[in-house]
Amino acid sequence: MRALSVVWWKEVRENLRDRRTMVSTFVLGPLFGPVLFAVLIGFVAKTELDRAEKALELPVIGAEHAPNLMNWLGAQGVEAVDPPAEPEEAVRTREVELVLRIDDEYGKALGEGRPAPLTLIFDQSQTKARASIERVQALLQGYGELVARQRLLIRGMDPSLVGPIELRRVDLSTPQSRSAMILAMLPYLLILTVFTGGMYLAIDATAGERERQSLEPLLINPVSRAALMGGKFLASAAFGMVSLALGLTAFSLFAQFIPADRIGIQINLGPAECLRLFAVTAPLAVLAAAVQTGVAAFSKSYREAQTYVTLLVFLPAIPSIVLAINPIKAEDWMYGVPLLSQQLLIDHVVRGEAIGVVQPLMSIAATLLAGALAAAWTTRLYHRESLAVSA
Amino acid sequence: MIEVQQLRKHFGAVKAVDGVSFKANDGQITGLLGPNGAGKTTTLRMLYTLMKPDSGTVLVDQINAFAESNQARRRLGVLPDARGLYKRLSAAENIEYFGQLHGLEPELIRQRIAQLEQRLDLGEILHRRTEGFSQGQRVKTALARALIHDPPNLLLDEPGNGLDVMSTRALREILRGLRAEGRCVLFSSHMMAEVAAVCDRIVVIAKGKVVADGSADELRELTGTSSLEDAFVKVIGTDEGLAA
Repeated sequence: MRALSVVWWKEVRENLRDRRTMVSTFVLGPLFGPVLFAVLIGFVAKTELDRAEKALELPVIGAEHAPNLMNWLGAQGVEAVDPPAEPEEAVRTREVELVLRIDDEYGKALGEGRPAPLTLIFDQSQTKARASIERVQALLQGYGELVARQRLLIRGMDPSLVGPIELRRVDLSTPQSRSAMILAMLPYLLILTVFTGGMYLAIDATAGERERQSLEPLLINPVSRAALMGGKFLASAAFGMVSLALGLTAFSLFAQFIPADRIGIQINLGPAECLRLFAVTAPLAVLAAAVQTGVAAFSKSYREAQTYVTLLVFLPAIPSIVLAINPIKAEDWMYGVPLLSQQLLIDHVVRGEAIGVVQPLMSIAATLLAGALAAAWTTRLYHRESLAVSA
Repeated sequence: MIEVQQLRKHFGAVKAVDGVSFKANDGQITGLLGPNGAGKTTTLRMLYTLMKPDSGTVLVDQINAFAESNQARRRLGVLPDARGLYKRLSAAENIEYFGQLHGLEPELIRQRIAQLEQRLDLGEILHRRTEGFSQGQRVKTALARALIHDPPNLLLDEPGNGLDVMSTRALREILRGLRAEGRCVLFSSHMMAEVAAVCDRIVVIAKGKVVADGSADELRELTGTSSLEDAFVKVIGTDEGLAA
């Protein structure tokens, strides 16, 4: 135990003196997630606000034939503009999204009670224009229904005759759940800080020592390999936890500047939530450090260790991607799966959903158990003769 | 005292060490001389418990080095072939770290470092970070690190490698001093002059086997040659891989 703490402190002290490790562990790692998150949310907020406020510009040919329709469309936020000289060509070349053509036939037909022709020129294959096309179609449809009701009223009939169905929309999404897509990224970005935080130390303490030829003298000391490995991997875990704490603080500070209510989302990242998130996520630092140290011991060179450990960083992305593509209902067993359980629990906390006691405890216990197994595997690697003797 | 009996170790089809036996006594400097690739480093690695032999035994002051490796390690000071230091720690911190791993008290470590500073002339480099140390400064620091627990037995793998003349002379003095204290000093070398200059006893090793064992005079007598150099060449069978 004493040897373990000696090794732990030496690794921590040595790495605190390494500028590259310090910058990646305590600056770049913790800031990467929050900055990316803030940029994404800023982007989403901007497009949401643009969409809501911006009037739809609709090129109209023959607007003078339908003054009432034009007035009504104007009231619905559609601004009629002058049409291009060659409407079909302009749509094909994506100069405009769509063009409405009103023939002089329109007014006459409307007056005589015949179906009045309106022509909408668009290109369905243009994904970007689809929202505008749908909006204009729905508006024209709505105008048609309005005229129909007025005609029935004039003839003394109940307008509800032409409305056999009344569709009532009950939107159950709360401000929190509307932000699902953006918030789905947050757990991964947070877990990432744990993996990047201890990464350099894990590589340096095993593969780095071997490369610099200090591992052989170290192994000759009257200290068990388990104590050496334990000190090293716990130092890496400590760096991971510090990185996580800094990342959480950064997230929490950034969250205050996000115009969350303007885009109808809410992010719960106050001090109480941060503490809860730390308790749930910190055990991952133990698992990550044990696996990273094992991979570094397994690798034949520093380069090789760097490659493998960097690839490991993408491991926690797997549950994130799966959950983003295929949102599943959380079931009890999932809280016993490392990475997946943190993913779910972080999600719950940030959305302001209540989490019980059993599920976080399950997650912590399962993650620590997996960490212990990984540490046992790494200790076995530390007993290999080839560990120190690379030549 | 170190006793080696019938030590064997192979890597794949290569028999690196093939039945090596010898004895290194207290109060003597024993040289393990042999050309490059003779199996010196592998033999030493088994002596200092880093490698397990396929067969054979190593006794360090009567302690079996494999059955009770931690006991044996406490009685061994080792300067391995790999002399890596922690470059972001000072020389003193490097030495202190190994003292702590040996379970020594902080006060004792401080005393020993002060003694080693005198003996190895560490003065100016003691509190400098080891990054950028010369080869001689590196060896001195690594030697201090190996001596921090005051071991009765010393194993040094090619200690003279890469040292300039001054450092080599200083190293010889240090080895003689350790002998004078009654310690068992065993070092490997492929340089005849180095071995001839300080060793009380020479174990000549070639192709994983001991080919001669005795004092310089005994070796000359045995081979009927007047110079030690001729004696070595005769017992090894070739002068390939040896340096004067």
